Amino acid sequence: MSDTILEVKHLKKYFNTPKGTLHAVDDVSFTLERGKTLGIVGESGCGKSTTGRAILRLIEPTAGEVIFNGEDITKKNKEQMRLLRREMQLIFQDPYASLDPRKTVSEIIGEPLKLQKLIPDAKKRAERVHELMEVVGLADRLINTYPHELDGGRRQRIGIARALAMEPKLIICDEPVSALDVSIQAQILNLMQDLQEQMGLTYIFITHDLSVVNHFANDIAVMYLGQLIEKAPSVTLFDNPVHPYTKALLSAIPVPSLRKKRQRVMLKGEISSPINPKPGCRFAVRCPYATDRCRTEEPKLVEIEKDHFVACHLTEK
Amino acid sequence: MAENKKDLILDIKDLVIHYETDDGTVEAVNGLDIQLEYGKTLGLVGETGSGKTTTALSILRLVPDPPGVIKNGSITLDGKDILNLPQKDLESIRGNLVSMIFQDPMTSLNPVLTVGEQIAEVIGLHENISEKEAADKAGQMLEVVGIPKERYGEYPHQFSGGMKQRVVIAMALACNPKLLIADEPTTALDVTIQAQVLETMKELREKFGSAMIMITHDLGIIAEVCDEVSVVYAGQIVEHGTLEDVFERTLHPYTEGLFGSLPNIEERRHRLQPIPGLMPDPTDLPKGCCFAPRCKYCTEACTKARPEMKWVSDTHYVRCSRYDEPGFKIERSVQ
Amino acid sequence: MATTNNSAAQAGTATKKRGQFKETWRRLKKNRMAMIGLTVVVFLVLISIFADVLFDYDTVVIKQNTQIRLQGPSAEHWLGTDEFGRDILARLVHGSRVSLSVGVVAVSISLVLGGSLGAAAGFYGGTIDNVIMRFMDILLAVPSLLLSITIVSALGPSIINLMLAIAISSLPGYARIVRASVLTVKDQEFVEAAKCIGANNFEIILSHIIPNCMAPIIVQVSLKVASAILSTSGLSFLGLGVKAPTPEWGAMLSGGRAYLRNAPHLTIFPGIAIIITILSLNLLGDGLRDALDPKLKK
Repeated sequence: MSDTILEVKHLKKYFNTPKGTLHAVDDVSFTLERGKTLGIVGESGCGKSTTGRAILRLIEPTAGEVIFNGEDITKKNKEQMRLLRREMQLIFQDPYASLDPRKTVSEIIGEPLKLQKLIPDAKKRAERVHELMEVVGLADRLINTYPHELDGGRRQRIGIARALAMEPKLIICDEPVSALDVSIQAQILNLMQDLQEQMGLTYIFITHDLSVVNHFANDIAVMYLGQLIEKAPSVTLFDNPVHPYTKALLSAIPVPSLRKKRQRVMLKGEISSPINPKPGCRFAVRCPYATDRCRTEEPKLVEIEKDHFVACHLTEK
Repeated sequence: MAENKKDLILDIKDLVIHYETDDGTVEAVNGLDIQLEYGKTLGLVGETGSGKTTTALSILRLVPDPPGVIKNGSITLDGKDILNLPQKDLESIRGNLVSMIFQDPMTSLNPVLTVGEQIAEVIGLHENISEKEAADKAGQMLEVVGIPKERYGEYPHQFSGGMKQRVVIAMALACNPKLLIADEPTTALDVTIQAQVLETMKELREKFGSAMIMITHDLGIIAEVCDEVSVVYAGQIVEHGTLEDVFERTLHPYTEGLFGSLPNIEERRHRLQPIPGLMPDPTDLPKGCCFAPRCKYCTEACTKARPEMKWVSDTHYVRCSRYDEPGFKIERSVQ
Repeated sequence: MATTNNSAAQAGTATKKRGQFKETWRRLKKNRMAMIGLTVVVFLVLISIFADVLFDYDTVVIKQNTQIRLQGPSAEHWLGTDEFGRDILARLVHGSRVSLSVGVVAVSISLVLGGSLGAAAGFYGGTIDNVIMRFMDILLAVPSLLLSITIVSALGPSIINLMLAIAISSLPGYARIVRASVLTVKDQEFVEAAKCIGANNFEIILSHIIPNCMAPIIVQVSLKVASAILSTSGLSFLGLGVKAPTPEWGAMLSGGRAYLRNAPHLTIFPGIAIIITILSLNLLGDGLRDALDPKLKK
């Protein structure tokens, strides 16, 4: 337990909408060890991005605790939060929207240093920007270009450099490669892996693409409609998925190989609405194995083997 | 290659398409060939800007002009010379003989018409039947793609992404086209929904017997639905063959690079082998092989001349000069 | 400030601000229409600054000389004389002071006030948004000329009150435009990114939101300077603006209308002056908007 960097306890985020309360994140808890990578996987609308933002308090959580380095950050005031931002950063999905189109590369990367008054001196800051650009593999000559002049991969490198500028400990990556082409995706994934090794970073890797996290993460948490339904070390999760949704999700990935075909578990229907969810298991409507109990009683996340947590009634025989 | 032309639904020869803009000429498609038989499915794989979508649009002659100019080549679709067809004939072909499914289902439906009306409209345009009959047929088409007929009167915003894409597919198939072009039809969808939609598409292809061109960047989808694959790079097909040819007997270094870039579900935590560098600037393509600057097998000769098409079997060809050398092999091997 | 430094790549952060200004200027220079506009605007500003040097106020501009009234253009009086025998060119030159300063000051006031209100409304949303925008709607409900007339008649006619009146009547326009552009910008990811590196709301609005809202604001400003000059003219025409004998373009225009048949130059020349000013401001505004957008580089 001593090396836990982040502990999320009963995190909730509800939004009030005209149709009712939207349960974007509903009672999510997990712990994360220093230097490790947690993958959070789920389909659109499952609350994975909201979870990431609520941990950083970019969105105020409705309830729950986020304990970072032993301190509950949900209780920090504005000034304390500002200092904490140095420790935890976010890498965005869209390398087009996440960079201010009116700022040059050096302004974007230098902004956190300037804002946080880490390096007030402009000359030294420029040096540090150079250094960061080198770290993420951006050529020096790009320093005064604008984001729109660069391709997606380079833009994403700028985003990574900006996140690294303050030497954070925890980086939440929100689908950092899903907007990129395959060959560029691999370049960025390798870069992120190298950075983790060099700097001892801890990642939370949010994605819809199970093959990416499998490659990257130590642990994987699967979310469905705002809830964590299965969490396990990635080896276990891939070899022995227990929750019916995880099974379906795994089998739905198109495999770029002619030999290793997985047995398809085809799901019926689509994700239901997270607004005023009905009691019972949220996956029950689509679950091929759902029983009456599933439709009335919400399953709890239980540890079925070491480090393997599942929220499904069918596992508790 | 010089097979009997009669069983080809689509025959594209040496197609060259440029976009002429103020900033220079974008060489989008540079000598591309496609031969597709009736009822077969061809996968076009390539990255952003490789010219796959431009090629698809040219089959319907929908390349925006200006700035798009078809410089060279011929497109023969079901025996018709598309590039020399009058506008009126083209209109009757689109949606009837050939139809297209676009990437984003959200923008390809009209928000103020019900989904049923939109399908019926397509049918009404191409078939000489009464409104009532068209509506009936539209209802049937909805059922075919797995949407209950009762939702005929609903508007697109009442449907989820996957359902909308089904509506788009229903529209595309409504007139029983001989060729269906699907441009990244599932990219905007979630994995489990993607699996459903792909399954539907496969079933329908069987049922209607349409030929299909599947444009995608995802080799996994190719493996699932296609018979043949063409790998596109900088507006040219660098490797073409059957699924087995391309996946198991890979020849081109770019194809190898694509496979190396993919995180593999089966092999955990191995390091990815990305292709270094970037796609060449389409306004300033290299003189020699377009892939040469990124290729680890590149030699002096590769930078001098564009490689020719080289057939290694009846079904499989590659554009790579290194295969002129006897005994040249790339590293990839399929265990 | 080396004049030929195209390879700005080596420039460090220290010289960057100037570099950006230079970059904008470089792009503006390529726009011919904008340069014409800029030249005319600079010319007008210079004229209004050196008006006293060009024509003496007391002896030429306001001194009446009935013997030479309503003369057409001649070598002595380039643009002719008005109904009191005053030189029209001299009055136009001195009138530019009033017209330009009213335009600039009125627009600045409404830009700063309306802009901040709009930015606050857009950024914070909710109740703040509602209160501010409903107040703006009230202002908008009254026709702007009527509003200006009311304000000037309440405060008494003077140049300052005129500026205020025009500024207040054009507040809602700015508030709405700024609010709308803030709304489109504020939900973009780069704003969230700024939040994530610890920027507070003020820093975010100042360094990310405002620069990205510039385009519509600049266009609005260039249009509004023009319309402020027109409003001044309009109010002066109604006798609520600048009092005689102070020269003002609008007042000159209205004064000349009685002589439209026999001496049309009394109205034509002030009219042309207004048109040229407005046109050149619009050209300049359009050019500036494009030059400030790095996406339109080249």
